[in-house]
Amino acid sequence: MKPTLILRSSSALLLWCLVAVSVYVLLRGHNAPGGGFIGGLIAAAGVAVYAVSRGRAAALRMLRLHPAALCGLGLLVAAASGLPAFLDSAAAYLTHRWWFPDVGIQLPLGTPLLFDLGVYLTVLGTVTAMFLSLVEK
Amino acid sequence: MITSVLLPIGLGAAATVAAMAMPPRLAMPFATMVAAAAFVLLLWAVPQVAGGAAITASFWGVPSLGITGGLSLDGLSLLFALLITGIGALVFLYAGSYLHDDPRRSRFAAIVLMFMTAMLGAVMADDVVTLFIFWELTSLASFFLVGFDHEKATARRAALQALLVTGGGGLALLAGLVLVAAAAGTTAISGIIAAREAVLAAPAAEAAMILVIIGCFAKSAQVPLHFWLPNAMAAPTPVSAYLHSATMVKLGVYLLARLNPVYLEHDLWQGVLTWFGLATALTGAFLALRETDLKRVLAYTTVTGLGTLVMLIGIPPALSATAAIVFLLVHAFYKAALFLVAGIVDHETGMRDASALGGLARVMPITALGAVLAALSMAGLPPFVGFVAKELVYEAKLESGDAAGLLVAGGFLVNAAMVAIAGVLSFRLFFARPRPTPKAPHDPGWAMMTGPLVLGILGLLAGGIPSLFGSWLVNPAAAALLGESVRVDLALWHGFSPLLVLSIATVAMGVGLYLAWERLGLVLRSLRQLDRFGPARAYDRVLGALVPAAARVTGMVQHGSLRDYLRTLFLVASLGALITLAFRGGISLPSVEAGWPDPRIFVPILLIAGAVAAVLARTLIAAIMASGLVGFATAVLFLVNGAPDLAFTQFAVETLFVVILAATLVRLPLRGRLPRSPRDRWIDASIAGCAGGAMTLLLLAVLATPFDPRLSVWFGAESVPAAHGRNVVNVILVDFRALDTLGEITVLALAAIAVLAVLRSIRGETRA
Repeated sequence: MKPTLILRSSSALLLWCLVAVSVYVLLRGHNAPGGGFIGGLIAAAGVAVYAVSRGRAAALRMLRLHPAALCGLGLLVAAASGLPAFLDSAAAYLTHRWWFPDVGIQLPLGTPLLFDLGVYLTVLGTVTAMFLSLVEK
Repeated sequence: MITSVLLPIGLGAAATVAAMAMPPRLAMPFATMVAAAAFVLLLWAVPQVAGGAAITASFWGVPSLGITGGLSLDGLSLLFALLITGIGALVFLYAGSYLHDDPRRSRFAAIVLMFMTAMLGAVMADDVVTLFIFWELTSLASFFLVGFDHEKATARRAALQALLVTGGGGLALLAGLVLVAAAAGTTAISGIIAAREAVLAAPAAEAAMILVIIGCFAKSAQVPLHFWLPNAMAAPTPVSAYLHSATMVKLGVYLLARLNPVYLEHDLWQGVLTWFGLATALTGAFLALRETDLKRVLAYTTVTGLGTLVMLIGIPPALSATAAIVFLLVHAFYKAALFLVAGIVDHETGMRDASALGGLARVMPITALGAVLAALSMAGLPPFVGFVAKELVYEAKLESGDAAGLLVAGGFLVNAAMVAIAGVLSFRLFFARPRPTPKAPHDPGWAMMTGPLVLGILGLLAGGIPSLFGSWLVNPAAAALLGESVRVDLALWHGFSPLLVLSIATVAMGVGLYLAWERLGLVLRSLRQLDRFGPARAYDRVLGALVPAAARVTGMVQHGSLRDYLRTLFLVASLGALITLAFRGGISLPSVEAGWPDPRIFVPILLIAGAVAAVLARTLIAAIMASGLVGFATAVLFLVNGAPDLAFTQFAVETLFVVILAATLVRLPLRGRLPRSPRDRWIDASIAGCAGGAMTLLLLAVLATPFDPRLSVWFGAESVPAAHGRNVVNVILVDFRALDTLGEITVLALAAIAVLAVLRSIRGETRA
């Protein structure tokens, strides 16, 4: 079954819309429904649509990193987000740290976002890896 | 002084890693230097340990499990540690030339360094758990090294056999050590020795003792578990010299000696060790006379040596401890030297059949010197330390009471055989009539000569001035064996005594055997019946039955039918839940308040409708759509019940599910009728009913349990002040329970990699 022209031409747009939504969902996750897991799933859906319409090879090219490498990167980021905890000698691993730099407003920055980014990448990598290996070459 | 304990092990571990990354040219010299450095560090500790003070260090432990995890260097440990590092250095030096152009030198050096480190750890451990871990590590190293020439089927088979026998013994040992540690209330070896009354009084005391003995017997190749050792000669010769004669196979002897203070007055301990030891010594001597391959002859004489050691530990009086330690030293010296000589002969002539070699001294005078020095010690002739050992062993046997006659008679035969074999390995090989060889032999370079010469000269020195070794090494080690201090002055000359007569008779008998060696060997080899029985055959039988049985069981469990896998999974899970609920009184119903149904009731109705439709669906596409309805209804249920995050995730998963199906199932006959017979449908229906019933009962039971709000209240209260987040679910995931999440995404990533691997292998790809 060959994908229709409409799907093929709109898939790139769909992908970037979904990625944008997924990043938004990832960022708002700490205070409203959302987070890394769901964000990763949304982004993976974008990649899946892209792969269905343009093929596995095109999706792999677009990703640049192999999905398995994305998984590894995600794990690395999540695991590393726990390391700044050791700046405080009393804190245990993965005790998150926060900074509130004043840039007009108080910008809340913390290692939880880094951790959630790790979750996002791992979920994206996992679903994409499974999906792309199911899609015909 | 703690550096003498920790530094050699740390050095060895670091060097193992370093050697792997090293170019082959540098690996062996590096390993030689590491072993030599460890030897010097340990030598540093000799004065203090000889003074009676053990050096202890504690480097890890699991207090919650009662594991102390200490290291301790006393006389016995030090003796072993010096042998391990000293012979290790000589073997590395030798192996550098022996494997001169071999590209696998880095790997060889790394594995042997790992082995050396593990041996050091095992003999220094003051904790049975630490000891066991290092013990198993030595078996692993032995496996890798026996199978070093892994292209050869015989090497692979021998490696597996060595691993299965010593590893199987390791399991028995583990069970025994657990029982002993439980009885003593501590895993510390010093603590176990201190609590010997409790260990001996425990209900399973004898079972524990036998299990430990089995483990040690397997490791130290005692009858009937001796058969793996000759086959392990498939390893490169430096490995045979190091692991399978001088060090690893003595680990079993070491542990028996280590635990001897606990059991030394136990009749069963004494009996088993004495008689199995003697049987092993005799079997080894007998089988050694049947062989002509240099390495196999040496392997069987090693079995003999190990048997003698075990027997000496079993014989009660104090002198046997000293005899055991002296013999241990002597054996390590001459056996390692002879193995290295055998390696040189093999290397230079291209053959190692003792019956077809002769007169090599003309072309290899220095090798001949090394061989003769070692062989004289092996034969127990003065002024070599072998003579001191043999006299001591005879004396210990004579003192052993009732069984003295039998022990001395057995020892006489064994020693005579050793004299004969020593003659074959030195005089016949080097001074008898020369015979043609495939290669033109000559003395190898100094690197290969150093080992045999140093060890041979040490044997001579130790015999000439026995007091040197006696007070520094032997007495402290013997003290550890007995649990009390020992003072035996070693001497070469005992005067004219029955012992001397016995020695002379032994040598005379040995010379007779030597002269008849060729004919005797022919007669012994013609006894083919011997090969048809025995433990090696039993091993083959068991393995021959085990492998097909395993294949059958695997075929039964891993049948490959996806539908049956699912059936089994659901059936086992639901029956497990049902049985637990029924027998543990878990079935209970929540109280329901009467009243108008909530308007939200339409969502579960949708859900049920989807489930019913999925069951009734006759085509695959209908079933998929119906189960999609169930999924979306579930998401709505989450949404209306105040779990937006869950709903969100559920929607995304359902959407992805649809996309994946669209991509992959387009090639399946979606419109066709499902190929299920009525019988299949009935089986599936009952399994589904079972699973649904179990889940319903489980959920009802959960609802009937009063809800404990403490955690949710705490999370709700702490979410903003402690974690700066208003979405409690997300805060729990990324902050409060972040470690759990990290574990979960690790599992996720592993699942992805597994899927990639499985699908790739189905498609027959090897690369992405």
